[in-house]
Amino acid sequence: MIPETLKDHPAVRLVEDSILSAKFDHGEVTFEIAPDRIVDVCRRLKHEGGYIRLSDLTAVDRYPEEPRFEIVYHLHSLEHNQRLRLRSRVSGAQPAIASVTEVWRAANWYEREVFDLFGVAFHNHPELERILLPADWEGHPLRKDYPVTGTRV
Amino acid sequence: MASSFTLTEPEIATPQTATSTRRMTLNMGPQHPSTHGVLRLELELEGEVIRSAKPDIGYLHTGIEKEFEVKTYQQAVTLTDRIDYLAPLSNNLCYSLAVEKLLGLEIPPMAQWTRVMLVELTRLNSHLVWLGTHALDIGAMSMFLYCMREREDILRIFEMYSGQRMMTSYIRIGGLALAPPRGWHNRIKSFIDGFPSKVDEYEELLTNNRIWIGRTKGVGFISVEDMLDLGVTGPMLRAAGVNWDARKQAPYSSYEKFDFTVPTRTENDVYARYLVRVEEMRQSAKIVKQALDGMPEGAFQADAPGLMLPEREKMKTQMESLIYHFKIVTEGFRVPEGEVYQVIESPRGELGYYVVSDGTAKPYRVHIHGPSFGNLQSIPTLAKGSMISDVIASMGSMDFVLGDTDR
Repeated sequence: MIPETLKDHPAVRLVEDSILSAKFDHGEVTFEIAPDRIVDVCRRLKHEGGYIRLSDLTAVDRYPEEPRFEIVYHLHSLEHNQRLRLRSRVSGAQPAIASVTEVWRAANWYEREVFDLFGVAFHNHPELERILLPADWEGHPLRKDYPVTGTRV
Repeated sequence: MASSFTLTEPEIATPQTATSTRRMTLNMGPQHPSTHGVLRLELELEGEVIRSAKPDIGYLHTGIEKEFEVKTYQQAVTLTDRIDYLAPLSNNLCYSLAVEKLLGLEIPPMAQWTRVMLVELTRLNSHLVWLGTHALDIGAMSMFLYCMREREDILRIFEMYSGQRMMTSYIRIGGLALAPPRGWHNRIKSFIDGFPSKVDEYEELLTNNRIWIGRTKGVGFISVEDMLDLGVTGPMLRAAGVNWDARKQAPYSSYEKFDFTVPTRTENDVYARYLVRVEEMRQSAKIVKQALDGMPEGAFQADAPGLMLPEREKMKTQMESLIYHFKIVTEGFRVPEGEVYQVIESPRGELGYYVVSDGTAKPYRVHIHGPSFGNLQSIPTLAKGSMISDVIASMGSMDFVLGDTDR
């Protein structure tokens, strides 16, 4: 599951028990994390691993695959000048995952954006409402089954 | 006589105390001149003191990320221009770097150096608009005119190579769109030689100006911990003593070959952010000069048939080039499966492009992490407890672009 080259990576040693799989590609490290462990992993990486910044949080829709949504976290450690990607897959039926706003406040808007454009809910988010689209908008545009042009018939 | 005074005094005093304890909600924007675009702030006021501020964004949302998914990789470069309209070339570069990483393309040195020169000119362009409008908000009208004067020169330089002033799409996947035109380098040289004296001129007007200092010094403080936690990057972070700049810490496009310093301050206020950006302008001018002096000879595009459009002459004489041209224009090129998160230092801070490829000719997903998005998120923390007039100064010091926030 974890390639030999990554065995000595400090972040791997820190959260090894929660990593489903890891890869090293294009100079970037990615961990696959089970959705129910995400907050715990993030907290440990921030407080013990030095990843004090959440650089970015977004989602990828793998429709029609299941689990459908990948929630992608890009962590950044200024101290070690390192970046780390975490990925969690959530099901397409009532997609939801725990919010990491208690770990990094930056996640507030990032998660609202994902909620707005993908329709993934975040548990324990302080103000989970649409951020870019109007409040009465129907549908979630970045889903793959949402048309690019025109309206649905 | 005395009794008449005591009668009138309470009449004036009573309504004053009544208003000062009442809270008022004020909408600032979306058409407020100091919001630079369409941002709405919901301010909760107690007199002139802000008790809470809630930014409302999304007025400029155009669905660019969705649009990426139906364009071929090379076509999508034109979309990147339209995200941050003050730094189109930085967005071109970040996107191109991400796709080039997926393709494993080697970019010739001449293209890399020209890219550096262009993004530094973009930084100057963006900082000039920032300085002009920031000063205008605070009341220094003439600064705006001086800054626009120099910005015009930069836009003319952009126009000379691409025919466009802003949305140039000149940086493409694999290098540059065209070879730079004859005389272009001389034009940049004459501009950049005179530029440091223009910065002196700005500083002459502002740096020791009592009104400027009064409006900016000690205003707009936000702790480093809050900034890191809220996703603030760029000059704001550097004005608080955090020396983090992607050009130094994670060099791209041969930045490691250039000699420049990253200015930092520790005061962490609007004035410090001003000083940091002004010094950044001087450093950018220095980088452009180095790029001009040491500009390597060679090709402006990677040697990658099947990915880059063939030369016009070859297309007319070689069958293979003609086929490549047809295929690239009609189908685009395939990018190997994978994902990349590329970060560069845009004028506003950390700009990130997350590109996911599924092996086809169109990106599966492109996510843009604009620096303004993270920076704006700090407004509630930054504005709380400050005066309403200081919010104008602090917002100016953030230098956000709403196109970059809303995408």
